[in-house]
Amino acid sequence: MTDGLVLDRASVTYRQSLGHSLTAVDGVSLQIGSGEVVGLVGESGCGKSTLARAVCGLERLSAGSVSFDGAPVGRLGLRKREQSLLRIQMIFQNPYASLNPRRRIGQQIEDARKINPGDAPRVAELLAQVEIEPSAVNRFPHEFSGGQRQRIAIARAVASGPDLLIGDEPIASLDASLQARVATLLRDVAVRAGASLLFISHDLAIVRLIATRVLVMRSGRIIEEGPTERIWNDPQQPYTKRLLKAIPVADGLGRLPEIDELVD
Amino acid sequence: MSTLTQPPETGASDFDALLARRRFRWPRIWRQPLMIIGSVVIALWLLVAIFAPLLEPQNPLAQGSARLTAPSAAHWFGTDTLGRDVLSRIIAGSRVSLPLAIVLVILSMVLGSILGALAGYLGRVVDEVIMRITDLVFAFPTIILAMVVAAALGPGLQNAVLALLLVSWPQYARVMRSMVIGARNNEYVVAGRLLGAGVATSLIRDVLPNVIAPILVLATLDFGNAILLFSGLSFLGLGTVPPTPEWGSMVSDGVKQFSSWWIATFSGMAIFSIVVAFNFLGDSLRDVLDPRSQRTVGGRSI
Repeated sequence: MTDGLVLDRASVTYRQSLGHSLTAVDGVSLQIGSGEVVGLVGESGCGKSTLARAVCGLERLSAGSVSFDGAPVGRLGLRKREQSLLRIQMIFQNPYASLNPRRRIGQQIEDARKINPGDAPRVAELLAQVEIEPSAVNRFPHEFSGGQRQRIAIARAVASGPDLLIGDEPIASLDASLQARVATLLRDVAVRAGASLLFISHDLAIVRLIATRVLVMRSGRIIEEGPTERIWNDPQQPYTKRLLKAIPVADGLGRLPEIDELVD
Repeated sequence: MSTLTQPPETGASDFDALLARRRFRWPRIWRQPLMIIGSVVIALWLLVAIFAPLLEPQNPLAQGSARLTAPSAAHWFGTDTLGRDVLSRIIAGSRVSLPLAIVLVILSMVLGSILGALAGYLGRVVDEVIMRITDLVFAFPTIILAMVVAAALGPGLQNAVLALLLVSWPQYARVMRSMVIGARNNEYVVAGRLLGAGVATSLIRDVLPNVIAPILVLATLDFGNAILLFSGLSFLGLGTVPPTPEWGSMVSDGVKQFSSWWIATFSGMAIFSIVVAFNFLGDSLRDVLDPRSQRTVGGRSI
């Protein structure tokens, strides 16, 4: 197969009680080449995060396959993660839970540096990249704000020398003023490290800012994909149009998106 | 009740200011009366245990002609059936009970935590097997199961510890398991796994340090329980072998000589004081470390 991440009709099904089952990801095929910055958008509960977890091997596929640089991504069970898969790293949604509260920042970044196949940048350089002062190495996560922690998590992910970074709504729990800043920072750091980025968000405005290609997901399926500007200017699917209409416009008039257009 | 509804710090601001001026501030945990009482009593008993040979007025094993004498200037706590000095025996008994309780609690904490952590982290078959064994142990009353095991192994210190270890590890396993199940899906644990950590590294580095506090509190609470269980076994004749001075067996002797009240009373008070002290300590620790009872603690701190 080709370079990068390839999903071939991948499905993830959660078994629920009494024989019911929920297909969170339903036959998704996609490809992310090296160095690409791809945005994945969709409403809450459409399967974005499950897709991200499946790419990391955290979910069991019920059908289809996920492979990275030709190597299949198996489910991460009790064994150590395979060497070749360590190059897929994830940045989580909740900055308050993504760093171990009992270990110093420096130690946590050091752990990630150890698995870097090449020459890992020094911890201070990594922290400088995400605009954290180098004295942070001896501090604990609780001494930082949510935005700072998310940037430290980015530094940790980059320290491992990844080829694919997945941001699972990494900005969703940050306040509005920080969202764009952390998102562009993530994009810049990923590009500088030579990694491709799958950026998951429900915020199309942010995705437009950083992604070159956008995937629109609904009820577990990719319903539209294309270059960001094309999707933005000429959406084909009614769902995508509604998503775009739902972006609030800061025109000073205090208007909210029209609700009746959002409802089916 | 009004102290509970107010923010805890307001009432103590003068006191805090005073402490700040002295550039020293007792940590919150030391500002609770129960914590102080418990620690002082335990510290006293530890000192007694360490300096027992110096403190004993007489040889605790030496038999005298004065049998069953009431407390007097010569024998502060009286003498027992064989004319041995009760005070000396109580002091010597601290050297038996305290170290054994410590060993027992540490052993059961280590054993229970390891098994519980494995059950919680690995899940599935491992979880089922370990948890069914804990259910099995829990199904019997603690002291009765310990008696059965001790009776089967025969009396003696080592066997008593073994028997008590067998009945006291499951509570640690249960607490540990539930804590680990709660912690293992935390994003930092998943992130650690994604960074290539194996199960052992993940458990030791990411999970355990974040769940160990409740286990330590449980252990502190359990010290008193361990002393009580051990004294209970000795009382029943399954713990220490005579003539070893042990509080539980001394109470047992006292019960046989009911008119000589001093034998059972003083050894009973020794057990009582240290068990209550450990319970105070454990309760205060739990209150401070448990965020849900923080407000109550704030109302009670001095």
